[in-house]
Amino acid sequence: MTLTGTHLVALLPLIVVCATAIAVMLGIAWRRHHAGTALATAAGLVAALVALVSLGPRLPLVVPLLVVDGLAAFAGVTILLATLVCVALAYGYLASYPGPREEFYLLLACAAAGGMVLAASRHLATLFIGLELLSMPLYGLLAYAFLERRSLEAGLKYFILSAAATAFLLFGMALLYAQSGHLDLAGVAAALGARPAPWGLAGLGLLLVGLGFKLSLVPFHLWTPDVYEGAPGPATAFLASASKVAVFVVLLRLVLATPAAQDAGLRGLLTVLALAGMLVGNLLALRQSNLKRLLGYSSIAHFGYLLAALVVGDGLATEASGVYLFAYVVTTLSAFGVVTLLSSPYGGGDVAALPHYRGLFWRRPWLAAVLTLSLLSLAGIPFTAGFIAKFYVIALGVEAGRWWLVGGIVVGSAIGLYYYLRAMVALYLVEPGMRRHDVPGDWGTRAGGVVVLGLAALVVLLGVYPAPLIAWAQTVARLTPG
Amino acid sequence: MALIGLILIPFLGGLACWQGERWGERVPRWIALGSMLLVLLVALGLWWQGDYRLVAAAEPGSLPWAVEWRAAWIPRFGIEVHLALDGLSLVLVALTAWLGVLAVLCSWHEIRRRVGFFHLNLLWILVGVVGVFLAVDLFLFFVFWEMMLVPMYFLIALWGHSSATGRTRIGAATKFFIYTQASGLLMLVSILGLVFAHRAATGDVTFSYAALRGTPLSDALAMWLMLGFFLAFAVKLPVVPLHGWLPDAHAQAPTAGSVDLAGILLKTGAYGLLRFALPLFPDASQAIAPLAMGLGLVGIFYGALLACGQQDIKRFIAYTSISHMGFVLIGIYAGTALALQGVVALMVAHAFSTSALFILSGQLHERLHTRDLREMGGLWGRLGSLPGFMLCFVVASLGMPGTLNFVGEFLILFGSFPVAPWVVAIASAGLVLAAVYSLLLMQRVHHGPPRGEGRSTDLDRREYAMLLGLLALVLGLGLYPQPLLDTAGAALHELPRLLGNAMTLGSP
Repeated sequence: MTLTGTHLVALLPLIVVCATAIAVMLGIAWRRHHAGTALATAAGLVAALVALVSLGPRLPLVVPLLVVDGLAAFAGVTILLATLVCVALAYGYLASYPGPREEFYLLLACAAAGGMVLAASRHLATLFIGLELLSMPLYGLLAYAFLERRSLEAGLKYFILSAAATAFLLFGMALLYAQSGHLDLAGVAAALGARPAPWGLAGLGLLLVGLGFKLSLVPFHLWTPDVYEGAPGPATAFLASASKVAVFVVLLRLVLATPAAQDAGLRGLLTVLALAGMLVGNLLALRQSNLKRLLGYSSIAHFGYLLAALVVGDGLATEASGVYLFAYVVTTLSAFGVVTLLSSPYGGGDVAALPHYRGLFWRRPWLAAVLTLSLLSLAGIPFTAGFIAKFYVIALGVEAGRWWLVGGIVVGSAIGLYYYLRAMVALYLVEPGMRRHDVPGDWGTRAGGVVVLGLAALVVLLGVYPAPLIAWAQTVARLTPG
Repeated sequence: MALIGLILIPFLGGLACWQGERWGERVPRWIALGSMLLVLLVALGLWWQGDYRLVAAAEPGSLPWAVEWRAAWIPRFGIEVHLALDGLSLVLVALTAWLGVLAVLCSWHEIRRRVGFFHLNLLWILVGVVGVFLAVDLFLFFVFWEMMLVPMYFLIALWGHSSATGRTRIGAATKFFIYTQASGLLMLVSILGLVFAHRAATGDVTFSYAALRGTPLSDALAMWLMLGFFLAFAVKLPVVPLHGWLPDAHAQAPTAGSVDLAGILLKTGAYGLLRFALPLFPDASQAIAPLAMGLGLVGIFYGALLACGQQDIKRFIAYTSISHMGFVLIGIYAGTALALQGVVALMVAHAFSTSALFILSGQLHERLHTRDLREMGGLWGRLGSLPGFMLCFVVASLGMPGTLNFVGEFLILFGSFPVAPWVVAIASAGLVLAAVYSLLLMQRVHHGPPRGEGRSTDLDRREYAMLLGLLALVLGLGLYPQPLLDTAGAALHELPRLLGNAMTLGSP
């Protein structure tokens, strides 16, 4: 098969990101320059974003092994935006990092490319390549501050468990291939039919295990809190946002495209996973006193809520997933943004223990307001993006009559409130004579500060006027076949 | 436009308070007072202009809003920013504004730390409450319902008191938040269930109150959906098994917080029942009416008995609120025109008398630095005119003829009798308990052997004016309640017909 002009246009955003990674790598080899590297990465990502957005009217485009449809474009835009935020955060964070700083951006760009491939894959080969291209740089990112024991531990832990998950994934793929004789998703789905043989089901199940690990669905969630806690702030932000979006999108694509996924047993399994995620994530978060761990458990719970969309799995599911993912990414990035800003510039270990945040509001009201908004949004309080997302998921569950899931969401949210409120109120408590970690006075005018303020504004804006986001998600659903 | 103003004034005023703190401590107080007075003026202006009796003559089935304002919000789900006002909302909005003024005034000296942020929260609570009273789009209603929790949480958690017995203010605030939010989510599920049932019947998705009122529902579905609404409102009211948050929240909150909680937040629960739970699900509501009235009875006695055993004056008053809300619940589910008028009267009366009692206990706390009843006693004659005021409001709270509380309780009992004579008979015994706990409170605070020497400072002009204003309202409306009943009664004329209790007796 030859590449045509249309193919090139469809692949252009991906090509730009890859070219950025290569350019950054060559630039580092030539001369190390922190600001220059960060700027070049950001410029490349923006160019890719422009290329992706300008594809808009021509979607969906099908390339050998990849498909650039509504979902892929949605994931691409979200991943690129999240990566841009991480670049801005990393720039302030690494400013005084003692080791080499420039490679961080190289790894970020590679991981972004991996995420885009993964979200656009329509073939098991690209699915695998994308997933590994996303994961490999993440090992490096998570262990970037490797002189710090916790960071190294986070990287190693993620690496080892990720390798195990990959093994499951490959085994699943092998089973699917053995059963169907196809490697492209459409072929696999068609061969499996609506009532697949046990081996086909097993293959799907193993695929779910492999992807579920990356999403930290409940039985596979054990790595999450440690990795979230140990990794450097910008790396955690990337892991929690861009990487999850890519993996969730591919899972959604699998479920939507495969009639076999409508199988009652598989549905039941997904329901159990979703309920377990909501309850376990929220319950384990209750006693956490470290903000990054808390956000880690909270992400487990949120992907439990989001799995509800997969369980329902009909027309509104894509739309609901789009709204939820975007709201979640914006909220999570702004929460980790505040953590990163407080830990910037790097001084060995992040500032994440809740006592450090006591009274932040009275020292840095706007920064504390940003974190308050993110926590409220994670809790799903009205006038924040998180509420619209939760509204969508509950609406989806009620419409489909999945009362167990709806009940789980209600109970999970009620439990979750406890720790979100606990973290939030700490920002406002005054302890005399305590002046712990602080940000520089001009944080609001630096790259990281501007980005974080923008994210918080977006959280409120999407909560107050969600119509544009909903319209976008509807377009995504319309442009996604299956 | 006036309706948007009612919401925007406190919202912008709150922001101005927060930023105004940099020009001095007094600036936020005056801004807050000014914006609440403005809201009160707008509400009274609406009262002056509109004729709320006229709409009672409208044909049955229509929704005669006096003022209406709507704009598209989320077209995907047919959600609108739809605000509307009738007599019932007007009474409650005016009440909210008036208590808002009092809340600002009574924290004039009590709150000394972080004044700007305090007033931001105080005003934003009122944004949420006014929004709840005005919203007639169910999504918008839910948004305001949840939104008022956050500032209330901050108010209790940051400016509250932690008592020595291990009850912390943050614990109380969290309890309050979780109770209300969890039950609120059940209401959201019910709202969505109703919306999708409406879509199944008619094909269009809408959250509009007017459209959803006529949704055909199977009996079982209506019952489940109604229970979702009922739970949310019952937590707020509170109905007895769901009241756990209330004593803690009241006792730990600052005075302004208690005034807002008792005066208006509890009323949102009753308002929700009157506006949404009953009209949307008349048959299911009728079916659980005996249960609801039974719970009301339990509340009357439980609240009164537990109040007698409290040592903390604010917990004491909080429990009496539970008792009063038992009457409200009975009146609502009796559903006759007379009982519903009594409900409105008692809600207003309870707001006045209980917030006055909370203001008084705040003033006692400022002078004695304790809220423990065991450390009070013998204060009569040592606090200037404070004990006199306290006597007036205690007597109002026990329902002495001549006060608005009497009008409310009497109308509720009288109106409920044809529907549920036994309930009324038992509830009347609760009035005796009300007299017992009220006089007990008076006796323990102001009589008995004195615990200290000397006189405390008398009420200053600000405190005097607040209490006098409240007293004038309680007595004035108690002696001539007709304007209040006329204004709110017309809005409720539909309910008795829906509930099948069409009684001509006393209907406006």
